Amino acid sequence: MASLKELKGRINSVKSTQKITKAKQMVAAAKLRRAQSAAEAARPYATRLAAVMASLASKVAGDNAPKLLAGTGSDQRHLLVVVNTDKGLCGGLNANLVKAAKAKAHALLAQGKAVEFYLVGKKGRAPLRREFPKLIGAGFDTSTVKAPGFAEAEAMADELIALFDAGKFDVAHLIFPTFKTALAQEPTITQLIPVPSPADAAASEALVEYEPGEEEILQELLPRYVRTQLFGALLEREASEQGASMTAMDNATRNAGELIQKLTIQYNRSRQAAITTELIEIIAGAEAL
Amino acid sequence: MALHFELVTPAKLVRSEDVHMVVVPGTEGEFGVLEGHAPFMSTIRDGAVQVYATANSAPEVIEVRGGFAEVNEKGLTVLAEHVEG
Repeated sequence: MASLKELKGRINSVKSTQKITKAKQMVAAAKLRRAQSAAEAARPYATRLAAVMASLASKVAGDNAPKLLAGTGSDQRHLLVVVNTDKGLCGGLNANLVKAAKAKAHALLAQGKAVEFYLVGKKGRAPLRREFPKLIGAGFDTSTVKAPGFAEAEAMADELIALFDAGKFDVAHLIFPTFKTALAQEPTITQLIPVPSPADAAASEALVEYEPGEEEILQELLPRYVRTQLFGALLEREASEQGASMTAMDNATRNAGELIQKLTIQYNRSRQAAITTELIEIIAGAEAL
Repeated sequence: MALHFELVTPAKLVRSEDVHMVVVPGTEGEFGVLEGHAPFMSTIRDGAVQVYATANSAPEVIEVRGGFAEVNEKGLTVLAEHVEG
């Protein structure tokens, strides 16, 4: 059995671990609130843009539709944009994302398509690289800024659109975590490029005047839509990361508490055992006299 | 008589208020929007959106970059990627 000093040392080390996890949990809780309100604040823009897109896309259909909407005409080469977090300590969030990305990649590969990855965020790079060593393309580093904002989404979208215009891929999918609750974040896969045509084209009855023209506006709108999509993914990632981190750290704190309790009991028992042995020795010594 | 004016950026809803008139820097020239404007959509160039709270007041100037304006029966919505001031 471990000596008293050893036990005491272990209790102390678990206690300091608990302090760290507790602090991280509280930080995550505070950041989660901010991330959630940021995600909420971004919603009006996204919904308005989607509405305008819907009414425009239904009008500019057919041959003269921009490439970003109509696609390249083939769907052979797929690009998977995987949005992972930059920091760990957030439970199975990144593992789930990687799992979803792998499943999607295997499904596409099984259909005989070419797959390439575009990785955002630091985590998830290693496991994907291990699984698909030859398929990892470019990536985007969001770890240099404290809170990725619209500027990062813009840079990312510009890079992706440049790749698309250069004919590097035909279809891009966006894989990111959607924040449901602090307990549940779900990996979501949406098609990013070509921009999926909105299903509802009912609201286009009103006679709207366009300046310069419908096509020109759409031309300008599509990259903007891609940017908004990426921005939304970044915000969701932020909220998911904090939520997952909060839950994971809560569990860790609780586990540390349990461990401390167990160790304390063990410590007290062996202390009592040592005292009892000492007493027996004294009594035995006294009796021998 | 009031025009409902909304200025939205990806980060937040900057303005949502009833005003008298808004002058928007469209790509093909500035245009003023009053209440009851016909449905209209335009891209905007980088420039100043001028908001007139009442008919005689001095305009409030908001610099915007990258976006477009939409006028429908509900009012004017300006979607801009960046807003200064």
